[in-house]
Amino acid sequence: MPSENNKIMSDLAISCNGISKRYGNTLALDNLSFSVKRGEIFGFIGPDGAGKTSLFRILTTLLLPDAGQASVEGYDVVKDYKKLRNILGYMPGKFSLYQDLTVEENLRFFAGIFKADIKANYHLISEIYDQIAPFAHRRAGKLSGGMKQKLALSCALIHKPVVLVLDEPTTGVDAVSRREFWEMLIRLKKEGITIIVATPYMDEAMLCDRVALVQHGKILATDAPAAIINAFPWQLFRIHHSNTLSLLGKLKQHPKIHSADMFGEFVHATAETGKLSTEEISAFLENEGLGQPQVSESEPDIEDCFIDLMRMHVQSDKTPA
Amino acid sequence: MVKKFGSFVANDHLTFSVDKGEIFGFLGANGAGKTTAIRILCGLSKPTSGKIRVAGFDVFTETESIKRRIGYMSQRFSLYEDLTVSENFRFYGGIYGMKRADIKLKTSEMLNRLDILKYENTVIASLPLGIRQKLAFSVAIMHTPEIVFLDEPTGGVDPITRRQFWEMIYEAAASGITVFVTTHYMDEAEYCNRVSIMVDGRIEALDTPARLKKMYNADNMNEVF
Repeated sequence: MPSENNKIMSDLAISCNGISKRYGNTLALDNLSFSVKRGEIFGFIGPDGAGKTSLFRILTTLLLPDAGQASVEGYDVVKDYKKLRNILGYMPGKFSLYQDLTVEENLRFFAGIFKADIKANYHLISEIYDQIAPFAHRRAGKLSGGMKQKLALSCALIHKPVVLVLDEPTTGVDAVSRREFWEMLIRLKKEGITIIVATPYMDEAMLCDRVALVQHGKILATDAPAAIINAFPWQLFRIHHSNTLSLLGKLKQHPKIHSADMFGEFVHATAETGKLSTEEISAFLENEGLGQPQVSESEPDIEDCFIDLMRMHVQSDKTPA
Repeated sequence: MVKKFGSFVANDHLTFSVDKGEIFGFLGANGAGKTTAIRILCGLSKPTSGKIRVAGFDVFTETESIKRRIGYMSQRFSLYEDLTVSENFRFYGGIYGMKRADIKLKTSEMLNRLDILKYENTVIASLPLGIRQKLAFSVAIMHTPEIVFLDEPTGGVDPITRRQFWEMIYEAAASGITVFVTTHYMDEAEYCNRVSIMVDGRIEALDTPARLKKMYNADNMNEVF
């Protein structure tokens, strides 16, 4: 827990100031600053290579930053690493339990390391662990992907961590299991545990209290997901035509259209607000030989925002300083 | 198609066909049996029973003919990381039995298409994931296979690259290559001509995304799933 003179930080679970990390010529983290409030689910949303794992390894005291400072629950990630490790739960992206220990042995091992009482903390993991309990004597290496994930989460929780760090817990997991996993996180949040979670799935952003959208070691935006969507600067049109590829090509040629991207069976096209109407788009497409398109105005989702922010950053990177 | 491992039935009487030039989405939960089925279709594993033909050839007796007519790309492993871009093309072109001149031609054609000629002599390990995945797809179709199998080709890829990848899939399909693809992104299911959804070794649903959405009264494929 934070000491008396750290009172200002008292509603912050994590604070991160100017963290950078370089591997050879690659700048994995470029001067990252953000903070996470106590009891929040905070999501790092971004593709592979965005720097999520490097950042999480720094926050969990497993990697030293080249520059900047970070603290978790008032403990410095470099100086106070021993104390910090006691209050963190960490689920790495790669399955890191002991493959040749059974399910139950893994759980007992992790409880033992943290001197935690399995019975006293069982309520935290019961809903997850009960599902794998029938396989208690199976070796962890022989579990299916979904069961491994449940065991890893149980082991990360058994010492009742104050902050839970989850690195891509749902990557490669099917849509239904992903939803169940998130329901579990929301229950853990109610127990007062602060959760930071990395994911490449944009739709999971909506389940977080706040998110940081990350790409190439930089934060593109940090806010509540609804606020990020509200800040979307363009008018968005949702357009359908049976020939998606040619629809996409034509829309990209329209002088008033800023961008056109596939979204499932639709194409999302953006334009400056008030400069283009659904009728104009329909007429243009009919004229280009794409008869009877469906065109409607629509609200952006977080993936629209991410794509737009990515493009903005690419452009600003190219602009000479 | 039936495939048993001991008493465990991984593929329980799968019955389906895929048209030439179709983009066919092969969806299902983890452990539903997708990878097992793909391995059988690629001629890498023998089914327990069934009548299965790929590109007109029998998966029991003509696996070598099948292997010559397909391409394969997975998320986990596709390119050799310590070889350069052009070395990977040369290696796979050789495996596919292409002539040296054709390999050269295909390599420059593919790199031009991706606008990455400058990376020709760069080792794969130092390229961004997005470019690697697009290259892996190019390599998987460099010998103009009749069918290409893509096993979660876009996992962890950024949203712009994911869409560029699907534009490449559309182009390949338009050129006559049949595309057999798995994905966990439900918006990508909607890019397919038809999709099948596997649950516990069985195909529970198979139709166009539009008809499936109608059938289950769902707004999107996520709800259908």
